[in-house]
Amino acid sequence: MSGRRGRSSAPEVVPPAEFTSYYGRPVLHEPTWKALDIAGYLFLGGLAGGSSLVAAGAQLTGRRRLTRVAKVGSTVAAGLSLVALVHDLGRPERFLHMLRMVKPTSPMSVGSWVLAVYAPTSAVATALDLAGRLPVLGALATGGTAALAPALASYTAALVGDTAVPAWHDGHREMPFVFVSSAGASAAGWALLFAPSSEAEPARRLGIVAAVAELASSRVMEQRMGMVGDAFGTGRAKRWRTASTALLAVGTLGALAAGRRRRPLARAAGAALLAGSACTRFAVFEAGRESARDPRYTVVPQRRRLDAQTSRPVSGVMPARTW
Amino acid sequence: MRVVSVRVQNGQDPALASGYADAPARVGFFTDTSICIGCKACEVACKEWNHVPEDGLVLTGMSYDNTQRLDANSWRHVAFIEQPKRLARELTAGTVDADGGLRWLMSSDVCKHCTHAACLDVCPTGALFRTQFGSVVVQADICNGCGYCVPACPYGVIDQRRGDGRAWKCTLCYDRTKDGLTTACAAACPTESIQYGPLDELRERAAKRLETVKADGFAGARLYGESPDDGVGGQGSIFLLLDEPEVYGLPPDPVVTTRDLPSMWRRVGVAGVALAAAVGAAFVGTRR
Repeated sequence: MSGRRGRSSAPEVVPPAEFTSYYGRPVLHEPTWKALDIAGYLFLGGLAGGSSLVAAGAQLTGRRRLTRVAKVGSTVAAGLSLVALVHDLGRPERFLHMLRMVKPTSPMSVGSWVLAVYAPTSAVATALDLAGRLPVLGALATGGTAALAPALASYTAALVGDTAVPAWHDGHREMPFVFVSSAGASAAGWALLFAPSSEAEPARRLGIVAAVAELASSRVMEQRMGMVGDAFGTGRAKRWRTASTALLAVGTLGALAAGRRRRPLARAAGAALLAGSACTRFAVFEAGRESARDPRYTVVPQRRRLDAQTSRPVSGVMPARTW
Repeated sequence: MRVVSVRVQNGQDPALASGYADAPARVGFFTDTSICIGCKACEVACKEWNHVPEDGLVLTGMSYDNTQRLDANSWRHVAFIEQPKRLARELTAGTVDADGGLRWLMSSDVCKHCTHAACLDVCPTGALFRTQFGSVVVQADICNGCGYCVPACPYGVIDQRRGDGRAWKCTLCYDRTKDGLTTACAAACPTESIQYGPLDELRERAAKRLETVKADGFAGARLYGESPDDGVGGQGSIFLLLDEPEVYGLPPDPVVTTRDLPSMWRRVGVAGVALAAAVGAAFVGTRR
């Protein structure tokens, strides 16, 4: 058989023209998930998890107003994320099918259980705090949500990584760190937005650290994906990514400049961090869709892997198309 | 509610690994594309037998392919590829140039019924299950339409049905298999391009057929999905192709995504702890 793929001597450069597909059709099916539901779910899960940890820290250090703000944030986010999930399923009773079994090979199964326990516990913690009743039970519920929070904030990285979608799967090493830093930034943003400046200092520090980590881990992830990282610089993903970068940078600088005293600036920084974190999730979601839609992202890395294994001789012949 | 965790080892019978005490021989397909004539009888027979709904009548201009892809409403899909190449016999006769001419490839694609099936692994409800025959089937009354199997499949086979929301795909005619019948598509195939039977037997038959086809001058002929050592532990539906897989819209080196899941869980754990530590540090280091 004649080779159809001319290759340059530098193996890391794979021009888009050098691959074959079936009429340019995708190999994979694009995820059928709706962007607002599922990218929104990724964001809300992070916000809930991060806020529960902030609530626990605030309660332990006697910051009562920050505690309340964070608890309300976690419960609102958990409730909305359940709404998003159920909306994506189409019919509410279908969520119950998630609870037929516990399946460690399915991050969605694991996540459904985490959320099914977390959401009511968080609601109890918040309700008791608002009512000022049963402090021991409230503390137990707060501790319970804080124990589940790291799992809630991070498992969605395995959820998207555990697919054949190139821009999701190929990021599976760094995605957990992108997602938890995004969770931290959003929770800090929420707290800066609504908590009084006398108690918001931990949130300000967390926001700065998390936003910088989010920016850095996102870049590392895209770099390590190689050509698949191009999906983040294409179409909708590119716009979300640009917005996310700008908002996180503004949020970080704002939080730095605000210090302990400048309340309006701290609030604005909080809003920017919250929005930037959401944009990161939408960028990941859209990059995944783009990478599933374009067969290049599926075929080229696999073909290169295969050719490296079989060390097929390189041919200089390169017809334009096979059809 | 119970905990379900099945891991099939390479070379292991997937039905036995899934807990069937006494499974019959694993069955599957051998699709020999060298004798496919593109009649689409398989597509029609599948739709008729399995009550698969009509999904639009469009003309695509992609040769004779108006089905376009496998999805919730197309469980067999015949691909048509027109290539400016000579036929093998003309080339071996040595009378013509390699370029020019027309070679028309046809291939009936179907669910691969993988040994390591990503759709089955990621399904949170247990709607997708392994049958005693080693095939992978969706139970429509259990599927809750979460759609996770759709991006998990490395071949783009399983899909969500519009207006229904649930996932659908080839069942390897589970109802017919249980009664010892051949699948609808294989029964309808006029050239025996689609062969159904015990997978071990099909693998042997495929290897022999490959030798014949290569001897006939089809240098690009190859088997696809027959190796138990590939990224999905071997397909339950194997193919003889006349060109590279991507020419037919098939992934050249698919890998089951759950192969990396243990490492993903580890990193998720580390990241979760890191988040808790970062929040803790933000409070510990701060004076009131």
